[in-house]
Order: sequence, then structure tokens, then C-alpha cells
Amino acid sequence: MKTIKKRVLGAVSILAVSALTLTACGRGDASTDAADGASPEGGSGPYVAIVSKGFSQQFWVSVREGAEAAADELGARITFDGPDTESDVEQQIQQLQTAMNGNPDAIGFAALDSEASIPLIEQADADGIPIVAFDSGVESEIPVTTVATDNYAAAAEAAKHMVELAGGTGKVAVVAHDQTSLTGTQRRDGFVDYIEQNSDMEIVDIQYTNSDVLKATNVTNAFLQANPDLKGIFATNEASAIGMITAIDELGRKDGLTAIGFDSGKGQIDAIKDGRLDGAITQDPYNIGYRTVEAALAAIDGEEVEELVDTGFYFYDATNLEDEEIARSLYE
Amino acid sequence: MTTAPTEQQTAEVVTEDAPGRQMRWQQFMIVGALVVLFVIFTIASPNFLTVSNVGGILLAASVTGILALGTSFVIATGGIDLSVGTTMTLVSVMLAVFGTSNYLGLPFPVAIVLALAFGALLGLLVGFLVSHLGIPPFIATLAMMMATQGASLIITGSTPQYFTEVDGFRNLATGQLIPKLPNAVLIFLVLAVVAWFLMNKTLIGRYAVSIGSNEEATKVSGVDTRRWKLYIYLTAFVFTAIAGIVMASRLNSAQPALGVGYELEAIAAVVIGGTSLAGGRASIIGTVVGATLMATLNNGLQILGIAQEWQRIAVAVVIIIAVWADTVRRRRSGEA
Repeated sequence: MKTIKKRVLGAVSILAVSALTLTACGRGDASTDAADGASPEGGSGPYVAIVSKGFSQQFWVSVREGAEAAADELGARITFDGPDTESDVEQQIQQLQTAMNGNPDAIGFAALDSEASIPLIEQADADGIPIVAFDSGVESEIPVTTVATDNYAAAAEAAKHMVELAGGTGKVAVVAHDQTSLTGTQRRDGFVDYIEQNSDMEIVDIQYTNSDVLKATNVTNAFLQANPDLKGIFATNEASAIGMITAIDELGRKDGLTAIGFDSGKGQIDAIKDGRLDGAITQDPYNIGYRTVEAALAAIDGEEVEELVDTGFYFYDATNLEDEEIARSLYE
Repeated sequence: MTTAPTEQQTAEVVTEDAPGRQMRWQQFMIVGALVVLFVIFTIASPNFLTVSNVGGILLAASVTGILALGTSFVIATGGIDLSVGTTMTLVSVMLAVFGTSNYLGLPFPVAIVLALAFGALLGLLVGFLVSHLGIPPFIATLAMMMATQGASLIITGSTPQYFTEVDGFRNLATGQLIPKLPNAVLIFLVLAVVAWFLMNKTLIGRYAVSIGSNEEATKVSGVDTRRWKLYIYLTAFVFTAIAGIVMASRLNSAQPALGVGYELEAIAAVVIGGTSLAGGRASIIGTVVGATLMATLNNGLQILGIAQEWQRIAVAVVIIIAVWADTVRRRRSGEA
């Protein structure tokens, strides 16, 4: 009974979403017609359909550029789609369905909701289409590989720089973006474990912001009030970092304090340029796109692919902002 | 049609001006709770009762507090406003649209006025939906919440917009006209006085409470309740819009993804302060203390190093105790 209800609901919402997609205007040129499946742009060679978590945000634009570069170099055709925001699960499922209707040779997929996408993934598997998960994994054995940033290692890199800059002793606090998502917990743990194992620094507190900049500002403000001798703060994503920088500015506490952020965006880049932020970790979205297509082609050819493809990360600060591979990974 | 208010007794109106014993009791209790919290945290941590930390608490309370002031008027009528958080965000986004060179780049004072006017316009729209189309406030403001959230993300392409090019805008919230007191707190306190005056000394407050107490009786006594509801939602949204400007100034940016959840914080502050969700009773002083109480709890528990999950539970307990104690007291004294 319940499942029937769920299915009807699902069908209705998918219908509604496709109606919306059909009537939506002004989406990018890679937007495909929901009615008759995707049609890859020009070129020849195997066809890889990519469904990401976003379309217009800079991070995903970089992913797409990397994917297109790989397609050009390795001789493949791709389509690249993504929902309007990272909460449009239904829209993404519809895009995955559309991608499958185009009979691709392989699919690249960054699941917004791992659970919701499993039926389609199983169907693709039954049709013999290899799936490459990217950016974040899917709770399933089906994808041939997961192409993503090793967030734990990336945060450990941030901790390494924290220890160097702050002098290896004293109190550190963490402004984390949440305690439930994989990125949230891995970045927190990667940082905390490194600090505890490799320095005499003490983690005094970890607070969560749910990626709310105002909340991040208020918790950082309280960190600084509670610990007049605080030596360092690490923020685990863009929103948390912006809040951290704002609170340090408000209280004029940058002297003697090391602040390290994560990800990119105009706020952090500007703050690094004028010394209000010591550095940040950036993922390599271009590389995520590139390696996704690479892995998809390997899977089409029946080659063995590693279970995890680590796409790397960079620590960037005032000294290397302009370097080519860093600049490529940063977006405003 | 007629604007002349009749002087008939429409329904029992309970505001600070004519408090009745229950209102005084509720206010006494919540102020007492705030004092007790301050004493406990001061004993527990040397870093709590410092000028700078109290400033931080008030600063943390100011945006939620300004939202709660506006929401008090809506709740007084027995309505609810779920759209405050995302509307506040959209106003900050519109400020970027009017005032930064990425978009229209108008002179900044003009941009601020236009952004406020935009917020007021949304208030008229919601007021119209509620009063003239008869859509329940819960539904009308839920729809507005979704629409404003979507609009913020679309307009900005989901990217934060910064006001770094606007010299001195940050000082609007973080400057200190009065030494040691961030301007955002000053704005909050001034708005609290304005809200108190509106609620207790003008027809807007009187009719808001009277509509919440008994809408039919208010109508029968010759009050054009439709029109007044429109004014009440307009008033609430002006407060929300000001919160949007203050937040934009403090963060020096418009953050399109922010906002969901603030409506519940605002409602919690209002309820802790003794304004009745059923309408008919409102206390601006209570709302101000309620917002401060929540910020104090969060700050104090964090300074003591107590995990955040517990902060939520602590606020929950305060809400339940505040409302329950009030109910018990009213039942004892045989009031409705």
C-alpha cells in the first residue's frame, strides 16, 4: 500500500519536474530535452553521459571543463547536466533517466541522494552501462569506481599547515559545516586526528554551522571570547570560513591567530590576498571532471579501474594563488 | 471604509500597556530566567561576563531579535510568518542587485531604500493573500518562504555577493556609535522601542491583538479588519527587511543559501516572551528578552564547552517551561 502511494507520488513529481524542465528557459546550452533523451554534442567515439550535482555554480563549471578536456583528448562524446540547486533531488533523478534514454556507453554520476538513485543505477547496470560515481559515492557496489577528493587527507594537509604556522602548541578550534554529511565528518576528523597525533596543540572546541554564515560568525565570536589565548581556527567549507573571517575581523583578533579555510570563493580569496586568512584547501574540480571521463572510457574498454580515484587537493595561500594549477581550481 | 475607530470594548486586549496580572507574571518570570542564566554562566566561566562577550551575545541576538519584533505583530493576530528568514535573505540579495556594480550599481543609500521598499512590497503581497484572498497565514507565508528562497538562488546564481566595493557599509552593523556596543545591537534596541510604541500606543498593535483575541467581534465593532491585517503584515515585513540590511552589513555580503530556520528561531523568541500563538496577547519586551535568552543560552553553553547538540535541547526545554508555566498559572486563575 505504502509503496504504491510512494510510487504514484514519485511518478507525479517526476511528471511535474519534466513539465518544469520542458518549460524552463534560459538554462545552459548543455541542457537536454527531457522528452527524447540526451543527444551528445558532435564528435565521434564512445558516448559518456554525465549528471552532476549542479550546473551554474563555479565548482561544477570547472568539473565540466575538465570533463570536456578529457573528452577532446581521449576521443569521446559527452553530455553534461546537473540540477539547478543541490537540493533538487527529483530533478537530478529525472536527468539521470534522460541520460539513460540516450543509450550512453557509460554514465558519470554525482549523487545528491544516494538512496533515491539506486533503482536507476540498478537499471543501468542491468542494461550493461558502466557507472562512474564522482564527487561523492553511492551506497552500492554497482559503480565501477568513485572519483572524488579524499577529504580526510585534505583536512590533514590543512592541519599540517596549521601546526607549521601556529608553532605547534596552543589551542585550536574547528568551525565545521555539519556532523552528518561525509564531507563534514571527514574534514573534521582529518584535521583533528592530525593535530592530536602530530603536535602538542589542543582542540578546544568543535562547533557546527549547517553552512550558515551568520551562525558561523556567532560561534567563532564565542570561540574567541571563551579563549583569549586561541592560536588557530580551521573552517571546513566556504560558508564556515566566511563566518570565521567575519568574526575575527569584528573583534580585531587576527594578530597571533592562524586562520585556515576550505574550498574557494571570492570571500576567501580576497581575505587571503589582504592577510585576513592564512590559507585554504581547494579541491581540484577540473581534475574530478577529467578523471571521471578517463575512468568511464577505461570501463567501456573493459579495463580494471581502481575502486577509488583520488583527484587531489591543494593548499593555497598568498604565495601560490597565481600558480596555474591552483588558479584553475579556484573560482570566485 | 471608515477609519474612525470606535471606542467600544471589542474584546479583552492584553498588552504591556494594560498588562493584567498574567502578563506581568510572564515578564517577571522570563527576566528572572535571564538573570539566573547570567549568574550561572558568570560563576562557571571567567570569560562569560565581559563587556566584549555580552556585546557578542547581543550581536548574536540582534538579527533574530529584529525578525522576532516583526513576527510579534503577526502572531498577535493569531497568524504566523514562516517566510521571515528567506525574505530577509532576498532583501539582502536585492540590496546587492540595486547597489553593487555586478548589477545596477545605484548610489548605495538609494539601494538601501529600494531594498526596504521591496521588502515592504512583499509584505503587502502576503497581507493581500491573507486578508483579501482568505489564504491561511501558514500557507501564504510558506509559499512566500519557498518563493523568496528560490528567487535568492536564481538571482545570484547561488553565489554569495560581496559589498567590499561599498566603503563603510560594514560600519552600519559593526561600527560603534556608542563605544563597546556594535551598531547592530543599537539598531535592534531602537527598533524594539519603536515596536513597543506601535504595539502599545497605536491602532496597529491594538487591532492586531484584538483581531487575535476575537476577529468577529472586532469586525462587528466597525474595524476594517482586512485593511488592518494588510498594515500588520506590511509592518512585520518592514522589520524583516531591516534585518536583511543589518545582516548584509554584518557579513558584508548577501548569502543566498542562508535563511531557512530563522523563522523558527524568531517564533521561539516570541513564544518564550509570552506572546500567545493563539493570538490576543503580545509582549514586545518579552520578545526582546526571549531573543536575548536564546542567544545567552547558546553562547554560555558554548563557552562552557558543552556540545552544540545540547544547546538545541536546552532551548527546547526553555520553550516548554515558559509556555507550560504560563498555562498552569492561567488555569489556576481561571482565565482562558
